[in-house]
Amino acid sequence: METAAANRKTVTMKVRRYVMPEHSEKNYINQEKGLKSWLLTRDHKRIGLMYFMTSAVVFFVAGLLALTIRLELWTPAKTIIDAQTYNEIFTLHGTMMIFFFLVPAVPGILGNFLIPLQIGAKDVAFPRLNLLSYYLYLMGVIFTVVTILTHGVDTGWTFYAPYSIKSTAAVIPMTTGIFISGFSSILTGLNFIVTIHKLRAPGLTWGKFPLFVWGIYGTSIIQILATPVLAITLALVVMERVLHVGIFDPALGGDPVLYQHFFWFYSHPAVYIMIVPGFGIIADLIATFSHKRLFGYWFVAISTLAISFLGFLVWGHHMFVAGQSMVASIVFSLITFMIGIPTGIKIFNWLATMYKGSIRLKVPMLYALSFIFLFSIGGFTGVMLGALSVDVQLHATYYVVAHFHYVMFGGMVIALLGGIHFWWPKMFGKMYSETMARVSWFLIFVGFNVTFFPQFILGAKGMPRRYYNYLDQFQSLHQLSTVGSWILALGFFVMLGYLLHSLIKGEKAPANPWDARTLEWMTSAPPPTENFSYTPVVIHGPYEYQRPISEFQLGLINNDHHGGEEHEIEAPSGSPEMANA
Amino acid sequence: MADAVAESSHGHDKHVFHHFVDAHQQFDASKMGMWIFLATEILFFGGLFAAYIIFRSWYPQTFVEASDSLNRAIGGINTVVLIISSLTMALAIHYIQRNDKGKTILFLGCTWVLAATFMVIKGFEWSEHFSEGMYAGKAYAYTGVTASHAYIFYSLYYLMTGLHGIHVLVGMGLITWLMIKTKRGQFSSDYFTPVEITGLYWHLVDIIWIFLLPLFYIVA
Repeated sequence: METAAANRKTVTMKVRRYVMPEHSEKNYINQEKGLKSWLLTRDHKRIGLMYFMTSAVVFFVAGLLALTIRLELWTPAKTIIDAQTYNEIFTLHGTMMIFFFLVPAVPGILGNFLIPLQIGAKDVAFPRLNLLSYYLYLMGVIFTVVTILTHGVDTGWTFYAPYSIKSTAAVIPMTTGIFISGFSSILTGLNFIVTIHKLRAPGLTWGKFPLFVWGIYGTSIIQILATPVLAITLALVVMERVLHVGIFDPALGGDPVLYQHFFWFYSHPAVYIMIVPGFGIIADLIATFSHKRLFGYWFVAISTLAISFLGFLVWGHHMFVAGQSMVASIVFSLITFMIGIPTGIKIFNWLATMYKGSIRLKVPMLYALSFIFLFSIGGFTGVMLGALSVDVQLHATYYVVAHFHYVMFGGMVIALLGGIHFWWPKMFGKMYSETMARVSWFLIFVGFNVTFFPQFILGAKGMPRRYYNYLDQFQSLHQLSTVGSWILALGFFVMLGYLLHSLIKGEKAPANPWDARTLEWMTSAPPPTENFSYTPVVIHGPYEYQRPISEFQLGLINNDHHGGEEHEIEAPSGSPEMANA
Repeated sequence: MADAVAESSHGHDKHVFHHFVDAHQQFDASKMGMWIFLATEILFFGGLFAAYIIFRSWYPQTFVEASDSLNRAIGGINTVVLIISSLTMALAIHYIQRNDKGKTILFLGCTWVLAATFMVIKGFEWSEHFSEGMYAGKAYAYTGVTASHAYIFYSLYYLMTGLHGIHVLVGMGLITWLMIKTKRGQFSSDYFTPVEITGLYWHLVDIIWIFLLPLFYIVA
């Protein structure tokens, strides 16, 4: 019988419905007590929360640095800080936001918390490695903080040679911090890929993944393939400073453009490390709050992989004016345009999902809609910058600054906020104030646009990025942008307030407040340490809202148990499903 | 199928972590994890290989002359040493699969000794270079190469063989740990995942050296 089953690639399993309690008295938060139980935990959910806390602190500090930058730019000359401090502050803002917030946040917080839950596993494949990833990340953060408190770095987050070799600032501790946290990123990606391949619940085939799983999978591939190149590049910068090896230093016959190639070979794919998991979140949100099956599931899933792949072939569009060959520039420009295709596929499929859906405008959905709007602006301006002639004009202006903030903040941060509001009840078992969350969303949406839209205009008019002084004619737009940054900050303080209130006094959340269909909603809120009290079995896709919820709560029946129903489950032979059967 | 169920329900032996269904799944996961790690290693070295290609095409004559200053015999001996160590590593895995712990420890020991031999030879080689003034980058003082920018060749040589050497040292550490655990009886034909995946790592270290040898020692 087993051979026959293997040939048909399906197995028959006896399953029954399991309903977990809405609230679990013993859950992952309170099962073990004491600081040590947190610091040495191997539970993916706890590690997710530790990432949450740490990256929130990083975001807060880097955000304060951004407010300082905007305040300094209130007047064309000196406002509050001197030029050197200004250079150090924008460098730290960029470095902290990119390497210690944007890159690790979604995989670290939501990936850790959700991937095992969404695929019905008890944990990630390598829990100890997962804890190590967190501590490597923390060490990277600490190196950065030490750099801030001692010296500061004034190279910009890109560490371009030859300035990064010559600058007297603390380039070595800073790059060491990024080097270390790079390994955190690699190990996280490795862990998720193995987890997704090997630990899926019986019946959960690739076509039944929630899109968030696809997003993390695509991201992980980029993390493991791109990050090692950044690591070796930064190691070479350190070697260049210590031993003067002559690889990047033109004075010794080295090649500073090679540095740029290496740097962008990582840092462009890194943009997709930041945004691709966001795509996954948005797909989950849109399907759930439209209460409709995701339109074009496979197109959305495969376009994720297409973006991950194409993302490796466009790094040269950062170097159109750096002296690379014209042929190379034309090819890079063309491939850059091509990235618009899978991205467009996603956006159209999300819109088609909403069409004739029964849309509920809850806070996570507001973020999802803002994402589509803001990310489209960020994407279109990216295509413009990918055009050779336009880029020569706009290169290194505020237009670029506005573009990548629309992608990074309007895209990734908005998606993360949407995801946090969506999964908050599951993570903490508490609801937040919907009204205050709407106020905060509104302030963030308006504040963001007021801050960054004027920067498109500034850039188009010729305002260079990173300048401390500027011409008088730019002042009104700069001031508008600065006012926007205050609105944005206010929005975040409101959010901090109601989220803390939710933790302390929030209403208890039901297990499935949004009437979703994916596995993480079938366990209690917050989930118990072992995630599920049974082995979940999946027979339907993630967004089959027309089917009763009971068909999403199936689990294997123990051998000695009678009753239940039999289901044919697709499973390739030799897979965990077979082992389970 | 009923047998399979019965097997998996009592299948939680002491080596299987609670989040895996069975030993088979755990072994598969660990092996896949190591293969992915090896892919990251190739990209890690890849940056240096790319730099090598650029500078060799910029300064071809320098690479020919500077390569002649390295001792090919030593490079060749070290290659043989590493290839034999890959064989002994494979034998160690072979014997743990047959539950022969004595021979496993013997061949792990051989691998360790060969790795140490490689490092000692490398150490003598480097100190010989230093005594002739073949330093990386600015400190370079060797006069044997007339073509320009010879120090970039030596920079790449030290960076790449140095990074490889660090990997050999890490491998020696892992092999030591494997020997201790084998001695304590923690591995058997039922559970030898760490031996197997350390073996994978060790073969990669070997393969990288096989690329380094022609790139530095036999350019002409």
